[in-house]
Amino acid sequence: MNFIDTHLLSLILFVPALAAVIILFLPNGENKLFHWFTLGASLIPFVLSLVVWFRFDATQSGFQFEEAYVWYEAIGSSFHLGVDGLSLTMVLLTTLLTPLAILASFSISDRVKAYMMLFLFLETGMLGVFMALDLLIFFVFWEVGLVPMFFLINQWGSANRNYASMKFLIYTMGGSLGLLLAIQMLGVLFGHFDLVRLYEGWNSLDPTKTLLGLPVSTVKAIAFWAFTIAFAVKVPVWPFHTWLPDAHTEAPTAGSMILAGVLLKLGAYGFLRLILPLYPNEARIFAGALAVLATAAIVFGAFAAYAQTDFKRLVAYSSVNHMGFVVLGIAAAAFAAGTNDATIALNGAILQMFNHGLSAAGMFFLVGVIYERTHTRDLGKFGGLFPLVPVYGGILIFTSMASLGLPGLNGFISEFLVVRGAWPILPIYTAISMLGLLFTGAYILKGIKQVLHGPLNEHWARGEHKLTEINTREILVMVPLMALILWIGIWPAWILNVINNAVVKLF
Amino acid sequence: MNFPVLSVITFTPMVAAVLILLLPAQRKNEARAVALAAATFALILSLWTYFNYDQAAAGYQFVEKYNWLPVLGISLHFGVDGISMPLVLLTGVVMFTGVLISWGDDHPHVMAGIQDRPREFFAFLFILASGVLGVFVSLDLFMLFFFYEIAVFPMYLLIVIWGWIETREYAAMKLTLYLFIGSVVSLVGVLVMYWIQYQNTGLLSFDMLQMEQAGFSQTFQNIWFLPVFFGFAVLGGIWPFHNWSPDGHVAAPTAVSMFHAGVLMKLGAFAALRVGIMLLPQGAQTWSWLIMAFAAIAVVYGAYIAFVQMDFKYMVGFSSVSHMGLVMLGFSTLNQQGLLGSGVQMFSHGVMTALFFAVVGMIYDRAHTRQIPELGGINKIMPFATIGFIIGGLVSMGMPGFSGFVAEFPIFMGVWGRQWLVAVIASISIVITAAYIMRNIRQVFFGELPEKFEGHLTDVTVLDKVAIAVLCFFMVVIGLFPRFMVPMVQTGVENILRLLGGQ
Amino acid sequence: MFTSTAFASILPEILILILGILLLIVEPFWKEDQRRNAGWFTAGGLLLAMVISFLFGQPGQPVATLGGMVRFDWLGFFFKLLFMFAGAVTALLLMENEKVGQRGEAYLLMLASLIGMNLMASSADLVMLYLAIETTSIPLYVLSGFMLADEKSTEAGFKYLLFGALTSTIMLYGFSLLFGFTGTTNIYQLADMLQSGDLSLVAAFGVLALILVGIGFKVSIVPFHFWAPDVYEGAPTPVAGFLSTASKAAGFAVLVRLFFVAFPNFAPSWTLALAILSAVTMTVGNLLALPQTNIKRLLAFSSISHAGYVLIGAVALSQLGAASVVFYLAAYILTNLLAFGIVMAFSRITGLEDLKDYAGMSRRSPWLGLMMLAAFLSLAGMPPFGGFVAKVFVFAAGIQAGYVWLVVIGILNSIIGVYYYLNALKYVYLYRMPEQDEESHPVPLTHPYIIALGVLAIGVILIGTVFAPWFSWSDAAALNLF
Repeated sequence: MNFIDTHLLSLILFVPALAAVIILFLPNGENKLFHWFTLGASLIPFVLSLVVWFRFDATQSGFQFEEAYVWYEAIGSSFHLGVDGLSLTMVLLTTLLTPLAILASFSISDRVKAYMMLFLFLETGMLGVFMALDLLIFFVFWEVGLVPMFFLINQWGSANRNYASMKFLIYTMGGSLGLLLAIQMLGVLFGHFDLVRLYEGWNSLDPTKTLLGLPVSTVKAIAFWAFTIAFAVKVPVWPFHTWLPDAHTEAPTAGSMILAGVLLKLGAYGFLRLILPLYPNEARIFAGALAVLATAAIVFGAFAAYAQTDFKRLVAYSSVNHMGFVVLGIAAAAFAAGTNDATIALNGAILQMFNHGLSAAGMFFLVGVIYERTHTRDLGKFGGLFPLVPVYGGILIFTSMASLGLPGLNGFISEFLVVRGAWPILPIYTAISMLGLLFTGAYILKGIKQVLHGPLNEHWARGEHKLTEINTREILVMVPLMALILWIGIWPAWILNVINNAVVKLF
Repeated sequence: MNFPVLSVITFTPMVAAVLILLLPAQRKNEARAVALAAATFALILSLWTYFNYDQAAAGYQFVEKYNWLPVLGISLHFGVDGISMPLVLLTGVVMFTGVLISWGDDHPHVMAGIQDRPREFFAFLFILASGVLGVFVSLDLFMLFFFYEIAVFPMYLLIVIWGWIETREYAAMKLTLYLFIGSVVSLVGVLVMYWIQYQNTGLLSFDMLQMEQAGFSQTFQNIWFLPVFFGFAVLGGIWPFHNWSPDGHVAAPTAVSMFHAGVLMKLGAFAALRVGIMLLPQGAQTWSWLIMAFAAIAVVYGAYIAFVQMDFKYMVGFSSVSHMGLVMLGFSTLNQQGLLGSGVQMFSHGVMTALFFAVVGMIYDRAHTRQIPELGGINKIMPFATIGFIIGGLVSMGMPGFSGFVAEFPIFMGVWGRQWLVAVIASISIVITAAYIMRNIRQVFFGELPEKFEGHLTDVTVLDKVAIAVLCFFMVVIGLFPRFMVPMVQTGVENILRLLGGQ
Repeated sequence: MFTSTAFASILPEILILILGILLLIVEPFWKEDQRRNAGWFTAGGLLLAMVISFLFGQPGQPVATLGGMVRFDWLGFFFKLLFMFAGAVTALLLMENEKVGQRGEAYLLMLASLIGMNLMASSADLVMLYLAIETTSIPLYVLSGFMLADEKSTEAGFKYLLFGALTSTIMLYGFSLLFGFTGTTNIYQLADMLQSGDLSLVAAFGVLALILVGIGFKVSIVPFHFWAPDVYEGAPTPVAGFLSTASKAAGFAVLVRLFFVAFPNFAPSWTLALAILSAVTMTVGNLLALPQTNIKRLLAFSSISHAGYVLIGAVALSQLGAASVVFYLAAYILTNLLAFGIVMAFSRITGLEDLKDYAGMSRRSPWLGLMMLAAFLSLAGMPPFGGFVAKVFVFAAGIQAGYVWLVVIGILNSIIGVYYYLNALKYVYLYRMPEQDEESHPVPLTHPYIIALGVLAIGVILIGTVFAPWFSWSDAAALNLF
């Protein structure tokens, strides 16, 4: 018991990888075994992260549940894990969404073994990023998450998967190239990669001195942009977002759920964990530019979503749109660090990360549900399906409303906080993003209308194409999401407290 | 340690070669069995030595010294330090897996392994292995040269007799001439060093530990570093003297390619380090910028050329040029991180490229083509080999969790410490590598199996699987637990830094 | 005058003479088909002579004996042993050559030549030297043209005779001039006379040039090499082997002794001249070897180039230089005899001498293939064979003396050498016979060949790996020159 207590984070981190290795040795062809074993294995980190959540002391500053092991001493890197309010929220999101995604994948029947292994490796990769307190370890897990996702898209995706997977890989690797170089530079300069010590050391560098032959401020600026581009590609910030629609659309359903639900958050997390604390000055200087890009993402994302005829692509662009709010909140916080408004905006941004994770995962799953039955994502081919599948329709409307930001559901809380916080700081950008918000409503409603309302499309009404209702397993996937969506919408304090305390301590 | 383990490891292959030659020509399986026994023995010994190496102690271990020609100062002086120990292990591993890959099963459809005159094949391969091991453990310059040259001529025979019929004669001659030229250029430099040491200290000795204190002047070092370093570095595949390597790789039979890229190129880099950098440190400092420039070009150029290849084996060959460029890049930094990374990269790349060539060979033996557009769906037939290749590919990309990252990261850190622009340029290769590795993995292993292969291709043999598993094992273990190799290399690096003047 | 030292100093020659007389007596009693036993007799006798000489005839401090005609020292002694070994091996190889080896005269001629060579190596007097050279050469002229029915052999003998006669005459003229200038024919006294005397540089150079004509012919350096390819090709193969090794080594023994002892104070000039000759020899030899298709001609040009390598050691004019010359010659004798022996073994069965006829030989006789590998790689200068160590030592001597440019040329030439030696091996190992039925065309070896080639091959490997004892002897020999 004591071992578990002192190694909670490592267990959460490595149980999925271990489970994947175990799957390797299970006999081939036993699809049901793989499904249930993986589901069970992914529930263990979830339970453990709940344990951590309840033991987490929100009043304390700094990182808790820290663990540090020797790893690569020769270059000054140690295996250092730890969580604070921000990362714990993300960890919870990840460990929650993964079992749901696996449950959603029960309908996969092609090479299930490999699929499940890749999923579990992916989970370890994502968790590692959130828990890392050593820059090198951060980078290691950042990269580790790429390859399973590449293969998931490439092997189990839809028609255009080759292109989409390659684009995903190259974009992200290209983006993280700058990150790699900047981390190397930091390692060379400081002789270690420990994040906590880097916060102090980096910020206490005398700006008038020179570093590597260049003035400190220049070096910091270059490093800032290197970090920023890497994370901007991941979030994605407009205009680095073009990989997203393809990757999301072509990925298998569960892949899209995780991609939108968690992977995008990795980028935002990078902004919060690394860029704001390490480069407060540069962030402030460039916050305006960031805000412009955020606004562009919100507005253009919404417009683009509105124009889509492919249901999944519509949801993909909605991710661009929603993540734009996260970036807006971050920009506002960067610009006016330490003020009350900034805190509010940042709270909203982080909550939005969590919320979008829930609602995006839900939306992608629902698209997947209808796709499995109709084998098309073309909005024009649907129509008036509500009477055929009332339960599905209800769930779809519920989740879409969350995405839209209906008061009473989670989306409203986070978007409101962001806008409330950003308005005094960046009024113009906030105003323009309202336009985006308007169009969010537009595309959501348009989407629902085309699928559920209007005259019934006879094609799906009878015969071999008769639409079947959403089944129990699929409902089970949605229920936890819907419950959380509602709960946060009505009573967000339980999570906002944790987030708020973390945010306040961040500055 | 009284048991002369290093001489035994070095001479076992030679003895085995003689024994194999004494067997009658028809006894193919006996020849293979003797070869495997010898390789296993050498591998076990090198593993034993590796684990008994004191990772905390500096200096050379398992030292043996026998006077050979005292009048001229030639002795049989053996010893390993933190840099050469992993390379000895690497040789043992590649030798072992190479024998497994070359087993040959006399199967009508599959042209796997070596079926024509395996006796001579293994004999020549083992002479090569002895030469290689001798260089790694030699602490006497004359003997280092002796073993270095022994490693040259078997390559010619191995490629010309058992290689790819289209280019083997051309490639074998080109390779041999290049390597020979490189080595004799270094020989001139070494002989000059020998006499100048005599002038400076009155000592007539080829002993390398002695020569570290020979007191070569700055001018002398500046002039002679270039021929000595680049003479050896030719074998390391440094641009622009790398031209022999891709053709040589492709023309050679599988086990020879594994040896060639996996071990032989490390021989060149290692000798360049041992003789060039360690004995002429001030010269190294003067010329490090040139090495860095050439290495950076090799890294990016090699990756780019690999990207455009249509022949699978050429792709691997050029990727070797790129990765050996990283080794040279690390050398050129002359600092702790860079040298550390190079030391690990020599091992990591050695294992990785051996795996690559092994799998490419398995595919070619069955499909009789190496053209990437013509291949596809190999995963359905050889899943084990596919996973092996994917792991190798991830190492090649420097993916964390594998040995490639453990090696490449410090190299880049080292370069940052010297010339940040070079680090940025060289890092472009990472993306290019990722692109061509992923693209080619997808094309060759996944996708549709071309019709003409249906029903004709068989899975790899048990021996092949063992070889793949052994190679993957090392790549994963070093990647996850760097402490099994890094501290050892570190002690070797510290020695070099001491010679460089404590930088 | 006839003391025991004097006796010991020519012990080998006496023994060879006895052997020759015995052979002369015994041989007529053998029937036609037993005549080839002369080979066993000669080889055994020479071996015995070597052992006896080694036990009883070892030199101590260098002394002059026989009225100053002979110098009894390690230099001469070591060479004598080498010559006798070469003779023994050649006798074994001659045995199976039908036209030559079945006749006792061939062995007698060889023994006569051997005596001459031994005396060449130990001569301390110009007159003695000239006699020894002629004693060496004349039997060799005959041996080269021994196969009267063969046009090439006759041409070879004749060419050798003409060239040899011409060049030795010129050399004699040089000797006479030398006597004229100094008043003595003793090499060691010459040294003193030349040091103190006022012989002008031009005159000395002229004399040296004349002498060099003769010696250069013997060792076949450029531009006195023209006879070599034709003679080697036409002469019976074992004779060619003997010519290219022992005779050449004898010439070098003379060169080293004469130049090192008598002319050291003219050093920078003639060493430079020799260096240039060396460079030219190596280059011409190697370049002309490239297009050869006949293996004997290829070996001929290769021999020419090797003379160039040996000269580097002479150019060095140091103890290491002399030692490296001796060592190189020892390794070279073993290697070249092996090469020619293989050629003999092959052409005995097939009658063919072109490179392309060697296709698939490694399958026809794996051991013969391996021995050819050893020989050719040793010629190329690859370890673990003797040629490698020999070349390194010679290069080391050259660099020590400051002739780095010469060593660089030597190295570049080695590269060319590697090319054509490997090319030849390609035929042996890669190419196959037209019908790929090598198993039905084996190349069987008889006992004499197995013994001779086996000993040579092992010797080549030994001298390349355990080279310490060989080098010590070479060094002791070199010591005597200073």
